[in-house]
Amino acid sequence: MELQPTQEGRASVLSPTGRIDHAHADAFKLALDPHLAACTKDGTALVLDFSGVDYISSIGLRALMVAIKQVKPQGGRMVLAALRPLVLEVFTISRFDMLFEIFPDRAAAVAAVGGAA
Amino acid sequence: MKARIWGARGSLPVALSHKQIRAKLVTALEGAIGRDLDTPEKVASYIDDDLGFDISGTYGGNSSCVEVEVWDAAATHEHIIFDLGSGARPLAGAKLARYGPGKPQTYHVFMSHLHWDHIMGFPFFTPAYIPGNRIIIYGCHKELETAFRRQQEPISFPVGFHQLGATIEFVQMEPGVPLQLRDVTVTAKLQLHAGDSYGYRIEHGGKALVYSTDSEHKLDNAAERLAFVEFFRDADLVIFDAMYSLADSISVKADWGHSSNVVGVELCQLAGVQKLCLFHHEPIYDDAQISRVLAETRRYAEITGEAPLAIVSAYDGMELDL
Repeated sequence: MELQPTQEGRASVLSPTGRIDHAHADAFKLALDPHLAACTKDGTALVLDFSGVDYISSIGLRALMVAIKQVKPQGGRMVLAALRPLVLEVFTISRFDMLFEIFPDRAAAVAAVGGAA
Repeated sequence: MKARIWGARGSLPVALSHKQIRAKLVTALEGAIGRDLDTPEKVASYIDDDLGFDISGTYGGNSSCVEVEVWDAAATHEHIIFDLGSGARPLAGAKLARYGPGKPQTYHVFMSHLHWDHIMGFPFFTPAYIPGNRIIIYGCHKELETAFRRQQEPISFPVGFHQLGATIEFVQMEPGVPLQLRDVTVTAKLQLHAGDSYGYRIEHGGKALVYSTDSEHKLDNAAERLAFVEFFRDADLVIFDAMYSLADSISVKADWGHSSNVVGVELCQLAGVQKLCLFHHEPIYDDAQISRVLAETRRYAEITGEAPLAIVSAYDGMELDL
């Protein structure tokens, strides 16, 4: 999965697309993994722009869980932005909304992590 | 085939507090203001049609016990039960009320595992005290008999296992090896839980029911996911451990041996299941929380875009016709 990384200040913005389900979660995880090491207290903050994500299933949510478990001990910050209504519902139903910082749009997320607003 | 839920709660029996009952009454009475409920019919309609189940009823508090009725209850005196949590006590009362102590019954009991909440009802299972009754306890754990005898040792209970009047037998099952009980087939499957647990698939007359509780699903284990999809395949009903939220089940409560509503929906839709029954409710959840989980689970089944799936949430006394 191509995440189209862009740098906005100290924020690295990643933009997955399509369905992150059993068929695509491995590709999503593989694409996300290389960005996690640099997400540290004094390093890059990660913003996952979900505006292009149609659906995420349990296995996709697990990939996010694995990522945040790596990032947090590093002192890093990984946030989500621009979830479509259906995807936001999945986060609410699964209670993943309580585990992640979620911002209504990309600009708000970038600003919150100290990137260019 | 009919499933009858006698105990839907997970881990520990619970009871409604006086505050919870008062809150239900206040909500119901305030909602009745201005409705002119001046006949019994109007009152019944208000309770049954307008109040939510979390106000008009309760999901109940007994721990795991499910009866599956496969044979004509008027023509047979054999019964099938999954687990003997505290729900076994009201089950026993119902059987005695129907058949009386003078008509010997045979109880076929299939045990998911031997943790307290699944065996604690047995010392209060009155048919065990009545000579002439026969109780056959099936399971895959080698410690099956030991667990039942141990919980009635003097340090824990005043009546010893050896004092029980019924004939009690233990039958060792092997996972994956179907057991034939007259015209019923029961197959066990190993599940992920501390000390192991086993799910059961029961088939009779073209209908299939799966009882799968106390079962954790590791999302990165594709082979095991496929194995459960096959175990659930085309079942008319799957009674599923949905104790935690997905987030809890794979983070703070990972390795606690339980699953979530989200995983239940995904497995059942992959398997072409007709109906999912959320089971083994978290003891700290009140009725409103369980109703919220039910509504959210139904919504999730729509969001996935997969096959339609009927979803209910187990409550003590619930009957499900297959």
